Amino acid sequence: MKHRTFFWFFLPTAIAMLLFIALPIVSVVIQSLHTAHDQVFITVENCGPFGCTEETAVDTEATEQLRREQPLGKWAGLSVYLDRGHLAVNEVAAAWQSASGLGDFFSRIGNLPFYRAIAFTLTYTFVVTPLLIILGFMIAVSVNSLHRHLKGLAIFFSLLPMIVNPLVGSLILFWMIDSRGIIGTFLQAIANDPDLSLKASTSLTWITLMVYGVWHSAPFAFVVFYAGLQTLPQDTLESAMIDGATRWQRIRYVVIPHIMPLVTFVALIQLMDNFRVFEPIVGFNASAHAQSLSWIIFNDLGGETRLLSSAAATSVLTIIGVAVLLSPVLVRTWRDFKRKA
Amino acid sequence: MAAASEHRSVGLKAFSFGFIILWLFIAAFPFFWTLWGSFKVELDFFSKADWTNALTGARTIAETGSAFTSSGYEGAWIQEEFWKSVINTALVCLFVVLTSLTIGTLGGYALSRSGFRYSFWLLIMALIFRAMPPITLVSGYLLPFFEWNLWCHLPTTIIVLVAINQPFTLWMLHSFFQKIPKDLDESAMVDGCTPFQAFRHVIIPVMWPGVITTGLFSFLLAYNDFAVTTMLLSKENQTMVPKIASFLGTTQTEGNVMFAVAAVVSATVPVFILVMFFQRQIVSGLTAGAVKG
Repeated sequence: MKHRTFFWFFLPTAIAMLLFIALPIVSVVIQSLHTAHDQVFITVENCGPFGCTEETAVDTEATEQLRREQPLGKWAGLSVYLDRGHLAVNEVAAAWQSASGLGDFFSRIGNLPFYRAIAFTLTYTFVVTPLLIILGFMIAVSVNSLHRHLKGLAIFFSLLPMIVNPLVGSLILFWMIDSRGIIGTFLQAIANDPDLSLKASTSLTWITLMVYGVWHSAPFAFVVFYAGLQTLPQDTLESAMIDGATRWQRIRYVVIPHIMPLVTFVALIQLMDNFRVFEPIVGFNASAHAQSLSWIIFNDLGGETRLLSSAAATSVLTIIGVAVLLSPVLVRTWRDFKRKA
Repeated sequence: MAAASEHRSVGLKAFSFGFIILWLFIAAFPFFWTLWGSFKVELDFFSKADWTNALTGARTIAETGSAFTSSGYEGAWIQEEFWKSVINTALVCLFVVLTSLTIGTLGGYALSRSGFRYSFWLLIMALIFRAMPPITLVSGYLLPFFEWNLWCHLPTTIIVLVAINQPFTLWMLHSFFQKIPKDLDESAMVDGCTPFQAFRHVIIPVMWPGVITTGLFSFLLAYNDFAVTTMLLSKENQTMVPKIASFLGTTQTEGNVMFAVAAVVSATVPVFILVMFFQRQIVSGLTAGAVKG
């Protein structure tokens, strides 16, 4: 295809992505380097019967005008990144100097909102992703051994957790794990503790969110692996059987190597998706115990005072995180490409 | 020896069958439970006294005289005007699917037919864009959209969702178009068609399976979006998901939580039907990018 033709065919989608993905990233970076204007103060002299007093008051009009003229706010350099809500350099340095040990240091850092969110996001990403791959693989192998007519039905029900809205899915589970809901009651009966509530403690909330994450994403892994199993080389399997390989050995030495590229694919997609975990925190009403990077941005943007710069700084840090997660894949794709070229 | 291995495989079969039953139960039970419970009153759905109340509806019978009540649905659809959100969702989804497929097929076709190095880099760019959490982009829209007064309009939301959809759509359609033999459109161009005519008369008639599959995923993305719609839309033109989220803030009064339950069930039903009819396409779409490696 000629360059010219390519250009015209590709133009609409290029414009859409440029305007609404590339430019917003630039806009976020610029915004994160600014901060909201200070309020403009004026000094008014109040003269009454008992003499004059000087009062400082907020000049609402002037403040409004300044904000209207320069909606970005004033230049702040990297200060937003370094403040307490983000990288919190001063607090980290102070904690480092005064902490009695490593444990104490980390528990102090854990109280800073940004590091708490990073801790949750990374834990969530790296716990949920391997678990869902394992669960998805087990489902795929089991469904594959089912009778032909049952397969369709099994796939239909397996798809449901993935395909419903994450918010809807987490709400449905949230209502069930409520201490008055069915799972909540069940757990209370098992633990023999009528006051047990999954929402009350941080660790239980984290576990709940991760269980939800596996429930939500395992179907994706399942479907991909299931498709991979359909293209399994039957000859190799048969010769392995003739050579006396047990079922487990067949899975270990034939099936798993065959679907290994798919595992990489699922892991890549799920790392990206789990890193942006957000809806479950809203759905499970878990923000008191677990906050993710996306949730912090959302929280800054919503509400009465829109903390634009704070949200922008967190966004930039999140984007950097995504880039770090993605870099091995990009390096590998680049190597593949160079080898082919 | 043969008998022993056969015997073991029976045990294994039973195990894997049991595992499947367990998984299907975990996967599907919450939906049926919530569907059933949405026709009860709150004191049955959240029953402190006895969990079987949610099944039998003891309090529902006491309060309404029948084991099933549609008061949750009435409250959500009529009193809280959930029907408006349904219309908004339908509009958003329709236009997002149409627009993203139109520009996505053009772009995906171009990518699949261009052997130049930049098409590779464009795909990589799309992959990077695909990884961006939508909420980070939203924080980039906020100020410019406020300044230009584009906030709170359905068309803005539609265009933003289309753009966020594009990377995924491009990847998917790119791999579908690669499966259509190049000879087809090249021979049309040899016969004197312009590239666009070749696309129009040769490619469009054979591209529908891939386009329908991609359209399903565009639909699901628009339908399921929470971050963008909740930030960009106002109370007046909310779509379903932000509307459901807004129910949660007002669930303090008794019975209101059932509005949310009814709304959640209402929002799940279309997805159910979609999966029922398009299961094959969804499965093939999920694997399209994967199996190629």
